[in-house]
Amino acid sequence: MSARLKALLLVLPLIVFLGLFFLWPLWMMIATAVQGGTVRLAFPQTATAIASWDGAGPPPASLQAALVRDLRTDTPQERFGDAVRTLNSQQAGFRTLLPRTARAVREAGEADAFDLVALDPRWSEQGYWLALKRSMPAYTDANLLAAVDLKRNDEARIEPVEPDFAVNRAIMLRTFVIAGQVTLLCGAIGLPFAMLAASVTGWKRNALLIAVLLPLWTSLLVRTAAWLILLQDTGLINQTLRALGLIETPLSLIYNRTGVLIAMTHVLLPLMVLPIYASLIAIPRNLMPAAAALGAAPLQAFRYVLLPLAMPGLLSGSLLVFMVALGYYITPALTGGAGDQMISSVIAFYATGTANWGMAGALGLFLLVPTTVLYILYGRLSRTPLVQT
Amino acid sequence: MRDLDPFIHFEAISKVFGTVTVVDALDFHVARGEFVSLLGPSGSGKTTLLMMLAGFEAPSGGRIHVDGRRVEHLPPYKREMGVVFQNYALFPHMTIAENVGFPLKMRGVARAEREAKVKRALDLVRLRHLADRRPSQLSGGQQQRIALSRALVYEPKVVLMDEPLSALDKQLREHMQLEIRALHRELGLTVIFVTHDQGEALTMSDRVAVLNRGKIEQFDTPSGLYDRPRTRFVAEFIGETNLLAGRVAQRQGEAATVVLASGGSVTCDRAGPFETDSEVMVSVRPEMLHLVPDAAAPNALPVTVEDHVYHGDHIRLHLAFGESRLVARAGRRDAAPPIGSTAFASFAPGDCALVAP
Ligand SMILES: Nc1ncnc2c1ncn2[C@@H]1O[C@H](COP(=O)(O)OP(=O)(O)OP(=O)(O)O)[C@@H](O)[C@H]1O
Ligand SMILES: [Mg+2]
Repeated sequence: MSARLKALLLVLPLIVFLGLFFLWPLWMMIATAVQGGTVRLAFPQTATAIASWDGAGPPPASLQAALVRDLRTDTPQERFGDAVRTLNSQQAGFRTLLPRTARAVREAGEADAFDLVALDPRWSEQGYWLALKRSMPAYTDANLLAAVDLKRNDEARIEPVEPDFAVNRAIMLRTFVIAGQVTLLCGAIGLPFAMLAASVTGWKRNALLIAVLLPLWTSLLVRTAAWLILLQDTGLINQTLRALGLIETPLSLIYNRTGVLIAMTHVLLPLMVLPIYASLIAIPRNLMPAAAALGAAPLQAFRYVLLPLAMPGLLSGSLLVFMVALGYYITPALTGGAGDQMISSVIAFYATGTANWGMAGALGLFLLVPTTVLYILYGRLSRTPLVQT
Repeated sequence: MRDLDPFIHFEAISKVFGTVTVVDALDFHVARGEFVSLLGPSGSGKTTLLMMLAGFEAPSGGRIHVDGRRVEHLPPYKREMGVVFQNYALFPHMTIAENVGFPLKMRGVARAEREAKVKRALDLVRLRHLADRRPSQLSGGQQQRIALSRALVYEPKVVLMDEPLSALDKQLREHMQLEIRALHRELGLTVIFVTHDQGEALTMSDRVAVLNRGKIEQFDTPSGLYDRPRTRFVAEFIGETNLLAGRVAQRQGEAATVVLASGGSVTCDRAGPFETDSEVMVSVRPEMLHLVPDAAAPNALPVTVEDHVYHGDHIRLHLAFGESRLVARAGRRDAAPPIGSTAFASFAPGDCALVAP
């Protein structure tokens, strides 16, 4: 009993660390994505009053009075700003309307019968009140819907957003496509490379493995700068090709998809090579000679013996590369063009650019779910070795 | 008769690794349907020789003919030989049936025919009921039999086995020896079997090639090796022997009289190539040495009994003959002279062999 307690105490820091810096932020991210909290927090009395309004007729006087009372109370500037931003995203116009109304309400003093419509005719429009009502629930799917280019219309039915604003799905799709392309490239390079590394011994093997691990130990900026030098229009590759007379005009190798794929494949390659290498060196040494002795030509031996035995490594490597690639955004930002940015850059934009944590969380959630599924798959794969030793 | 049908023919075959000659200009034939063992101590080049035949090592010199065709340039998968590896080398990701069917699949045999042949090959080793298992679910002996059935399934001309039984315990090993023997006879296979276990080589083979440092010391039938060793290495490596140093005093046809260094002289019916005055060793197997009371017996050497060692089915007598030590093997019912007594150790002139010292 005391031994278990000691063991527990030993791992306690780890558990606390994981909880504090991994689980809690994750949970907060999910929570902010679905909380309709900003508006409700800023306008608590309005929230209560608006619940009893069915949204069909004109807003009752009691509701208007509740809003006026809320505007009069001293809401912290930041919370008020958040609420305005959220409301404005539902209904353009709130950004000017609310601060203006708040100023007027405070200047007007305690007279209860403040006429909102007289101040600004927009208060007579149903849309503003409906937007207010929609922004009031404790939980909302607005962010989640927005993340996949959907929204609820005035009748609370889900419909696609205007094509001009519908960018998330395309970027999400692009993210998966780029991750897939990088995975394929890593596999195409990683499998032969791992086979080579597993077939040599001594310093040659070490040199090959270090060569593939090197990008992991290199700073991102150094790596990217190196690719710039190599790939730009006046870079090493283009100049060499031109000097050889193979091309007239430089190939555009960077600031486009090619650049992104090259740079990402480079840094993710070790995640592919290492699992394949591990599964290859676990293959008993006499299996390939046995296959040859039994009549398998080299390609047949590869197809029927080596590849199936390397498959668990290839699959785990692919899953690893794919999962990690999904979250890339600095490398595409540095080596890609406008059409090569991935979903993480959109998340970063919402999180740090506009402080819209709800949207950032919702997009993050759409990235987290597939990653988690893949991770569970990966865990299954790496637990069931094919070759029993 | 055998040499008229040299099915496999090694001609001056050599293998050099760096500066080390591992197989040294070997010349020998294996006849069709013959069971030949390559026997020798560790590092004598057995595996290297077998791998050159299977196509995994290129000879540094010489030729290999199989069925009248040169094969040195053929890759392993074109040599049509069944190979059984030391650690079975079953494919872990395939079922037993898939393992056994693998050579057929590689040869493009249609599925139906393949299944029939796999069944037959599994019946051969009586393991048909394991067809759907994985290799890891089988015992060592079962895996060995599957490896055998996989090597036999496409009816190869030659089956090569590199110490196939060395990982099995004694009882299973003896059982498998009989089983492989039986398969060899039934299917008329030509088998080349590598082992460093002399008992295994003697019980299983038609002929045994004794290898030492890349050379063949003697290529002979088991009884030929045991009864008529031609070199000191073979005499010592196969079974147990007493070696008496001496010099050939006189040749009488095939026979020779040898004056022993420890005193006295003996006559041997098989003198081999040794001329008068050459230094030789007389090799006498312990069971050929009998203790007699008087010096009138042939080849009687005066000895002192030093010890009796009980071995269950027989008793070993340790004898001192001048400076030399001899071992004789006595039946448990034989009246052995008491320790310390003197007697004569005698052997028939037909029961000894002369080898180079
Ligand atoms: N690839 C190689 N490179 C260098 N030397 C080798 C190589 N393969 C074998 N040898 C050497 O050749 C010699 C013979 O090896 P081989 O494997 O043929 O012996 P063996 O008779 O099969 O022995 P064992 O009974 O231990 O299996 C050994 O000294 C070994 O070290
Ligand atoms: Mg060997």
